[in-house]
Amino acid sequence: MSEITLEAVNLTKKFDRKMIFKSVNFRLSRGSSTAITGRNGSGKSTLIKIIANLLLQTSGSINLHINGSAVKKELLFMQMGFVSPYLNLYDEFSGYENLKLVANIRGRGHDNIENVLKRVGLFERRNDMLKIYSSGMKQRLKIAFSILHTPDILLLDEPTSNLDTEGIGVVDDIAAEYSKDRILVIATNDEHEKSLCSSEINLNKNA
Amino acid sequence: MLKQALSICKKDFSSEIRTRYAVNALLMFIIVVISVIKFSLGEEKLSPEMNAGMLWIIIFFSASNGLSRVFVAEEERGTSLVLKLSSEARSVFLGKLIFNTILTFVINFFIVIFYILITDLDIRNFPLFSLIMTLGNLGLSSVMTIIAALISKASSKGTLYPVLSFPLLLPLMLAAISGTWLSIEGVPFGQVAGEVQMMASYTIVVVTASFLLFDLVWND
Repeated sequence: MSEITLEAVNLTKKFDRKMIFKSVNFRLSRGSSTAITGRNGSGKSTLIKIIANLLLQTSGSINLHINGSAVKKELLFMQMGFVSPYLNLYDEFSGYENLKLVANIRGRGHDNIENVLKRVGLFERRNDMLKIYSSGMKQRLKIAFSILHTPDILLLDEPTSNLDTEGIGVVDDIAAEYSKDRILVIATNDEHEKSLCSSEINLNKNA
Repeated sequence: MLKQALSICKKDFSSEIRTRYAVNALLMFIIVVISVIKFSLGEEKLSPEMNAGMLWIIIFFSASNGLSRVFVAEEERGTSLVLKLSSEARSVFLGKLIFNTILTFVINFFIVIFYILITDLDIRNFPLFSLIMTLGNLGLSSVMTIIAALISKASSKGTLYPVLSFPLLLPLMLAAISGTWLSIEGVPFGQVAGEVQMMASYTIVVVTASFLLFDLVWND
């Protein structure tokens, strides 16, 4: 199994002149699970977006190394799965079609579509258009989207929002699997979600 | 990169077939504009120069109406993150560029057909006319695609799109109008070589610059 290290050094983010957080440092490796916590507006979602390469930091650096060699920024998406409330899949396609088009674009995960749909409990509804999915079903599909390509790093922003007890169980199960031999990061203030992680980055200390 | 780009383009076509947002808006626009021209002209015949200008005005404004959707719809619906998490920036741009180019060719084919039918336009050098239209379409779709990416994050997208794209498109439009006018008059290729070279160079420069800049536009 390859050695993976995700390292942030003096990560700082400002929006215009407003400091969101400064000097965030961490080093995560295989088998780690980390909760990003902090009060509302402390930058939890901002930090997880920076880790996913969806937003640029103001200063500092974040690097992913696999077996000692740095992964290029533009190829980070292949190693990462991401779920967040502001991520939306395509309403005009079915759940199955959404995952298929993502697998086509990524060039990975075709064999895993049915498996992840079963895992998140959407297999029976796979041919329904996304526009008639409930918010909980959409959240389940986002989780399926994030693990479709079996990434080494799973980034979850409030993953259990809109989910019922069974859906929360699915997240717990996936979190347990990823924290065992991959890297799991959850941005949350929810006590249950925090309990899925063994370490914590508290952004209240970095304001 | 090409495989990813083609998958993105295919996704956009499937989405367009189901929603018919851009095609419906564009076809309605073309029908309305060409009908207005027909009613205002009556039986009057326009000069080749006027015909060329009129044709490119319709093409420019119909492109302003529909080509921004490739990026604006992704931003408005929050689906751009899906692409960011599934593909390299350059593949996204190439996929959107291919989609917009095909859409521009299809739409402009209908514009030219309708225009020829209602104005009885007699094009004396049709191969040259086709070449000018092809180069014009390529230049138009490349500029409109990168501007669509730029404006997709702005608040007043509809207004910004033609305002930002017009100055960039002006050199191309001038060459296209001139080339179209001369091809309608039936001049040989040699007399339009300058316009053809200019339009081809323009498209190459715009596409190259777009690939270099798109990463910055897309990622923040």
